[in-house]
Amino acid sequence: MPDPSCHPGNPQPSVSSLYKEGSRRRIVLVAALLVLVIAVAILSAGIGTVSISPEDTVLAVAHACAVSIQNFLHAYLPAVGSWYDAIPFTVPSPSNPQAELIVVGFRLPRILLAILTGISLAVAGAVMQGLLRNPLVSPFTLGLSSAASFGAAVAIVIGPAVLGGLLLVGSNSFVIIMAFVFGWLSMLLVYAISRARGINQATLVLSGVVIGYIFSAGITALQYISSNEKLRDLMVWLMGGMWGASWGAVLLLIPLTLIPFFLLERMSWDLNALSAGDDVAKNLGINVNRLRLSGLMISTFAASCCLAFTGVIGFIGLMAPHICRMLIGNDHRYLIPCAGLLGAAILLVSDTAARTILSPVEIPVGVIMYVLGGIFFLFLIMRARGRGLY
Amino acid sequence: MELVLENVSKTYGSQAALDAVSFAVHPGEIVALVGPNGSGKSTLIKAIATIHPVTGGTITIDGRDVRSIEPIELAMLLGYVPQGFSYTLYSTVFETVLMGRRRYIRWSVPDEELARVQRSLDALEMGQHAAKFMDELSGGERQKVFIARALAQEPKIYLFDEPTSALDIRYQIEVMETMRRITREQQTSMIVAVHDLNLAYRYADTVVVLNRGKMEAHGKPCEVLTPDCIRSVYGVDSFAVENEFGKFIVPFRARSPG
Repeated sequence: MPDPSCHPGNPQPSVSSLYKEGSRRRIVLVAALLVLVIAVAILSAGIGTVSISPEDTVLAVAHACAVSIQNFLHAYLPAVGSWYDAIPFTVPSPSNPQAELIVVGFRLPRILLAILTGISLAVAGAVMQGLLRNPLVSPFTLGLSSAASFGAAVAIVIGPAVLGGLLLVGSNSFVIIMAFVFGWLSMLLVYAISRARGINQATLVLSGVVIGYIFSAGITALQYISSNEKLRDLMVWLMGGMWGASWGAVLLLIPLTLIPFFLLERMSWDLNALSAGDDVAKNLGINVNRLRLSGLMISTFAASCCLAFTGVIGFIGLMAPHICRMLIGNDHRYLIPCAGLLGAAILLVSDTAARTILSPVEIPVGVIMYVLGGIFFLFLIMRARGRGLY
Repeated sequence: MELVLENVSKTYGSQAALDAVSFAVHPGEIVALVGPNGSGKSTLIKAIATIHPVTGGTITIDGRDVRSIEPIELAMLLGYVPQGFSYTLYSTVFETVLMGRRRYIRWSVPDEELARVQRSLDALEMGQHAAKFMDELSGGERQKVFIARALAQEPKIYLFDEPTSALDIRYQIEVMETMRRITREQQTSMIVAVHDLNLAYRYADTVVVLNRGKMEAHGKPCEVLTPDCIRSVYGVDSFAVENEFGKFIVPFRARSPG
């Protein structure tokens, strides 16, 4: 077969042009997803028992921000405050007088919780899949969700008895703390077990799956012994949802999502190199064990934080990264933000549908998400140039 | 760079995978590791790359123990191509080769790094495949991509573990010719594990024969790869043919054990 590269005149895209074209395409996609998430958030804030126009939504948020800044400045920085007051421009109030209360007070925290959870879970999934080079890995296959659910179940079922008169912790925050602690604990366990046998990715995944089973057994036992009322609370938690949204939760989760995101994003090149295998990555100067440990710890941390507030939200951590791989390939510099934004979009759309389709009855968000996301995923597989997923 | 192995040993539990192997590799030299399956070729290459460190003896580069060299610096000295290789779907050929430049990339990829990737691909005549996904290639082409990745790394010492195992005869010769040219031009060295004794014979400056972890013979191919040696190490009868193209080894019969 004649080899075109032997003839310098032959038109053939150079590595440089391929790389630049690829980067441009990926940046466009990440930007498009960002715009999509913002647009969906604005629309979502307008949908509900009271409809609010997109303009009013934007005005409500802008007005609330302006007022908070003003209050903050007057309280802590009066000098800047008076300068701020002198600005001849004021944000007009939305035409609907209730808009600000509904949008900022009720819907926005829920929307932001969905966005943050979507980002955390999808980013964690993308990083875990890359670290363990295993397409089936997500925060849920590594035992994290079972462990967190077990923690929540303990808190729901036997928490009130243990805490009794102790009113220091509200029962809700006790559930959140227990879910987080157990989620995090599961990862330590997985790591300790694989460490004892010399850490390799197959042992890690397998230990995660087994630990998941053990915690699932615990959940089943707790369901069996719990009373009707507690069983209902437990089922609600296990189904997952954005019911726990509040400004307190959102303000806590913003740094707990964004800091891990940037830390994981910094690992992008090492994750890329890891795709060639552990031995090659080592030869490229990467401390594979340390990368795997820190990557797993950080992504678990981010996922457990959100999970603690929302209950079990599956699917996103597994599917969002795969969808993004199909769309933009395997470069983690773009894959991580792309997966995060897509995860946020999927969860936000699903949650909006879940709370509005049968309004005022809410459907569990998982129901919508599995159907919507699943169909989209299958559609992508069908048109993926006849190639298998892995 | 001078690579010196002194009494290198490696045990897995009670089993000795390498037993007191000593030899030196000089700049511009190609050393072929030959020996039957399980003789310790891969173990030795991984030991040099510090992937599985030695349990006895020392491996030094210009007098420095490889274990004391920071991984980042070592990545600039040694370029390793494993026997089995993994890749992720959705990775393209040039992205895979670009990984060889990992140490020189902080975040965005400078033009000169892309130019290096281009040169490595062109050296193996893989330039026209740059945009393809790894799973669209044949096994042999994929192996060439991994060799190109090591070339892009621009190390001082290449460590290749059966780099030609998936290649057809034309590619085998092309790759070995390319590697010989590169080692000569850049005064780099190469340690290559091969099964094909004729490739070792034609392209290596020095042959190291391993058998059950021990070094059976070490020297120039014509001195080492004799029918006697092949019989004792592989248990195979062979003869040598010499014509105007050189000397060739023809193995023809396996000896019954004992």
